Amino acid sequence: MSKNLTLSVQGLSAHYGRIQALSGVDLVIPEGELVALVGANGAGKSTLLRTLSGVQPASAGAILFDGVDITRLPPHERVKRGICQSPEGRQVFGPLSIEDNLRLGAYTHGRQGVEEDLGRMFDLFPVLQEKRRLPAGTLSGGQQQMLAMARALMGRPRLLLLDEPSMGLAPLLVEEIFRVIVRLKETGMTILLVEQNAHAALSIADDGYVIEAGRIILSGPGRELLENEAVQKAYLGV
Amino acid sequence: MLSEFLQFLFSGVTVGATYALAALGFTLIYNASHVINFAQGEFIMLGGMLTVAGVSAGLPLPVAIALAIAAAAVVGMLVVRFAIQPAKGADVVSLIIITIGVSLVVRGLTQISLGKGTHSFPAFSGSEPLHVLGATLLPQSLWVLGVTAAVVALLGWFFSRTLTGKAILATAYNRLAAQLVGISTNKVLFLSFALSAALGALGGVLVTPITMTSADVGIMLGLKGFVAAVLGGLGNGLGAVVGGLLVGVAEAMAAGYISSAYKDAVPFVMILFLLFFLPRGLFGARVTERV
Ligand SMILES: Nc1ncnc2c1ncn2[C@@H]1O[C@H](COP(=O)(O)OP(=O)(O)OP(=O)(O)O)[C@@H](O)[C@H]1O
Ligand SMILES: [Mg+2]
Repeated sequence: MSKNLTLSVQGLSAHYGRIQALSGVDLVIPEGELVALVGANGAGKSTLLRTLSGVQPASAGAILFDGVDITRLPPHERVKRGICQSPEGRQVFGPLSIEDNLRLGAYTHGRQGVEEDLGRMFDLFPVLQEKRRLPAGTLSGGQQQMLAMARALMGRPRLLLLDEPSMGLAPLLVEEIFRVIVRLKETGMTILLVEQNAHAALSIADDGYVIEAGRIILSGPGRELLENEAVQKAYLGV
Repeated sequence: MLSEFLQFLFSGVTVGATYALAALGFTLIYNASHVINFAQGEFIMLGGMLTVAGVSAGLPLPVAIALAIAAAAVVGMLVVRFAIQPAKGADVVSLIIITIGVSLVVRGLTQISLGKGTHSFPAFSGSEPLHVLGATLLPQSLWVLGVTAAVVALLGWFFSRTLTGKAILATAYNRLAAQLVGISTNKVLFLSFALSAALGALGGVLVTPITMTSADVGIMLGLKGFVAAVLGGLGNGLGAVVGGLLVGVAEAMAAGYISSAYKDAVPFVMILFLLFFLPRGLFGARVTERV
């Protein structure tokens, strides 16, 4: 691969107290690619994203972002460098308005260009524009998911981390979310997509990784993983 | 009759405004960190005592006041740096105990450096009382109420119109999400302690010409501010203000109609009733953290 690596994770481990949630994870994301991370409940997907964002400390290993070691940086420094996450369970600021949620997504950018970015988000998710003055807590699950994604995008990600964006959504909304992810990929954005919906995720991904009990057990181009027998059995219900 | 009632009401809302400022301080820190800062009363004390020290060192009153409030804010940040941060990861109860320790240290240091005596400084606009329907009202009371109202309005603007204010709110609502959008929760912690300390100190400055001050006034004022904050539903800014005024008025009425011996008991009776009948406070919508 001749492309620059936006993210390179080497031997990454993480613990919750004495429970080891990640064990020596290796993973790379070339610039401009969409990488999917799939795995069962409790496999460690969210923990990996949390460790990348710095809200969960790494107990071993290194995270290189654009070739720079960021393993020990606090979360806000990583956001400044362009690691933006739409977390599991949306985590919107419920009592604040949709517009405030979005503006807070651009917290590290001051005022520069924020109005234009807001406009772009409203183009991407028109329903957010209609409801911009309402508290985020009043949105439906699907709308909150859109808001969480838009809030992450307001940070002008150089690496977008999406944690189960389709979780708990009606099929129509799942489709819409995936359409947006494909659109973002087409603009050249580098994305790490975590999904239990392995088929949909691997279908649109350049590369895929399969995680089990905190370890990466398989990796390869998304299409190959889709055809892998073990993956089909375990995650695709074939 | 009416004049007597008015008299108690005036004195009640005046001290109540000080409790309101203290309660806002509790609320801010609680929201930013879920810590109940029992050193809040010492900031009130520092406001009065440092102003006294400044005035006796020959500074003009306004300069002494500004310096005292700024110094209290710095003390607030030192508390974060040297008492709260080293205990990073400690549970909330331990942090609360740490703040009690901090209050002992601040009080002790003040007694050592500024003495144990009772002090005051002149009221801002003289002490010729105004007469309202047979009751008297000190001009300083108007200062207390006016400045408190202005500060409350300013805080309202800060939290609803500025990105920094919204970042503090966002941290209170969802700490994880705040970190993920790049808000430094550390910075929020420093900011809320500095702001709380300044609010407390301001209250202490305003009320000193009426009630006098000494190195140990912080305990009672802080506890009453805490009662006010809980009454207002811990975590709710508007509730804190209303709670402060209620505590002040209830206390003044009890002192006036029953006996001033009961004055200090009133807030604690109020909090007992509150815990029984309205465990979330008058305005609390959210479940308050176990303490
Ligand atoms: N806060 C926590 N404290 C202790 N253990 C945790 C915590 N969060 C997660 N774990 C454990 O760490 C492991 C990995 O959890 P993680 O949330 O990363 O899984 P996941 O792959 O995201 O699962 P899901 O698909 O359900 O979101 C699990 O065994 C989980 O029980
Ligand atoms: Mg998860």
